Amino acid sequence: MKRFLIKERVTSMIKKRKIVLMLLVLLLGSLSLSACKTDKPTIYVYNWGDYIDETILDDFEEETGIKVVYDTFATNEDMYVKIKSGGGSYDVIFPSDYMLTRMREEGMLEKVDLTKIPNAQHLEERFLGLDYDPDNQYSIPFKWGTVGILYNTAMVDDVVDSWDILWNPKYAKEILMLDSQRDSIGIALLSLGYSINTLDVDELAEAGELLKEQKPLVLAYVIDEGKDKMVAGEAALAVIWSGEATYGREENSDLEYAIPEEGTNLWFDVMAIPQGAKNKEGAHKFIDFMTRPDITLRNAEYTGYAIPNKTTRAMLPKEINEDRSIYPEEEDLENAEIFVNLGQTLKDYDRIWTEVKAH
Amino acid sequence: MRRQSMMPYLAWMLLFIIVPLLLVVYYAFTIPSETGNVWSLENFTRFFEPIYLKVLWRSVYLAVLSTMICLLLGYPAAMIMVGNAFTRKSALMLLFVVPMWMNFLLRTYAWLTLLERNGFINVLLSALRLPRLNILYTNSAVILGMVYNFLPFMVLPIYSVLSKIDKDVIEAAGDLGANSLKVFMKVVFPLSLPGVVSGITMVFMPALTTFVISRLLGGGQFTLVGNLIEQQFLVVGDWGFGSAISVIMILLILLSMAIMSFFEGEESEVAPW
Repeated sequence: MKRFLIKERVTSMIKKRKIVLMLLVLLLGSLSLSACKTDKPTIYVYNWGDYIDETILDDFEEETGIKVVYDTFATNEDMYVKIKSGGGSYDVIFPSDYMLTRMREEGMLEKVDLTKIPNAQHLEERFLGLDYDPDNQYSIPFKWGTVGILYNTAMVDDVVDSWDILWNPKYAKEILMLDSQRDSIGIALLSLGYSINTLDVDELAEAGELLKEQKPLVLAYVIDEGKDKMVAGEAALAVIWSGEATYGREENSDLEYAIPEEGTNLWFDVMAIPQGAKNKEGAHKFIDFMTRPDITLRNAEYTGYAIPNKTTRAMLPKEINEDRSIYPEEEDLENAEIFVNLGQTLKDYDRIWTEVKAH
Repeated sequence: MRRQSMMPYLAWMLLFIIVPLLLVVYYAFTIPSETGNVWSLENFTRFFEPIYLKVLWRSVYLAVLSTMICLLLGYPAAMIMVGNAFTRKSALMLLFVVPMWMNFLLRTYAWLTLLERNGFINVLLSALRLPRLNILYTNSAVILGMVYNFLPFMVLPIYSVLSKIDKDVIEAAGDLGANSLKVFMKVVFPLSLPGVVSGITMVFMPALTTFVISRLLGGGQFTLVGNLIEQQFLVVGDWGFGSAISVIMILLILLSMAIMSFFEGEESEVAPW
């Protein structure tokens, strides 16, 4: 009897051990499998928050049979750090100009095969082959715009034509800044009369001091909430990207957008394929789909951002097509600069921004 | 037998607690150079620059303040709950627990809208002809967010200890001539200390390291240690500095736990709910 019991116990121990082992195998198995097992062809897309009409994704799935897993980020730096640390494994990403250069130079991107993107013929020539990607080997432009000041005419009685207004104590606690280091440091640099791509450490330090000085006047550092706060009349002035301004002006007629005289940042957000993308075929199809005029039109109408697509632009309502705050003319962009990748000086930008935020 | 059933836990802890911790320590003590990572204390010396010490000081200050407010609000609440009849007791308990069924981030976002200048609270206040409250994006909003989110962690352990105090002890004290204040000071409060200590620990730690509350309700201006760490990992990509701050935080929390357990004394039999 006793012996039997012992035997029973031993077998139950073995059983338990087996169960434990099985659980472990299951755990590890599910970890490694979850990344690649799918029944349907799938692409993983990593885009800015609130940047497309998401019903487009369903249409893409319906047309091509490719499922889209869609994630969003708030700043280029967020996106870069995630891709760099091996997170995500995406097929299509939407970096901005300078970030595209950085990722291209660090070998983080696959080449884009233009023959697989027939809709690229609809793009405006002036937006192709720009410095951030000279031969358009790695990117297809998606949207472009400027950065400027969105202000509430009921609350601001000064003329808004200079970045300096963001340092005016009259508007203390009425100012929203962008929680994005290159944009905010860039604005400080512009108001000091320097280039937004400066590599001069002293100029940068000066910009940092200026931002620290401004901090008591700032209501908050935000990204996506900015436009809603302005619509709700929670602040008088906000640094904002042009497309967000379009949305704000539609929702609240007191709001106006101005590009300051010192200059602005002319920016491009592009579509690219990260190194190691699992479904490159699907990625090309997706990029082509997003460049197709009818889809671009829906996106333009939904987000209010300017699009680099000449066919679509002709389809836009006249009042939007001729709105210079959305589609600025050459003369509006005289002082505009495109961000370039900063190389090692980026570290100084990082440090200055950390200090401004910690101040 | 017991050994065998421990295995999955051990494996889990090794994989998801010990290894990551070692990685954090590794990154904290190394800096990238052209020949790979080299050992260095640079990340730590950088933290002791005045600007980062200011962030640390601000975090400790806000965490201590909100822990104290939680204690002042939570202790009476726990006493009221204990003193009530059973049915009402569970109803009160439910009121504390139900909000926790909803996601913490959503509740914090809700405050963002409630506290706006033209938000619900101000509309209500001006309808009642009361002065308006403009605290969004200030220290006060951050403290409000912390107290709101962490209060249950203070109330529940205190409640759990208070409800276990033998009524006879309290009656005996009364029979021996102590008035109710004296009963509280000499009997109830000392007996509830383990709950208080556990409550303080459970509020102080998340308050010290939060980064969501300060970012949303502080508008990104009140950088706390949690924000600093988040920024190093997600924005700047300086894992070394981020890890060093994390290690310093771990040490700080260990230190505060040591101080706490000193006060806790021998009656450390605390069961948080």
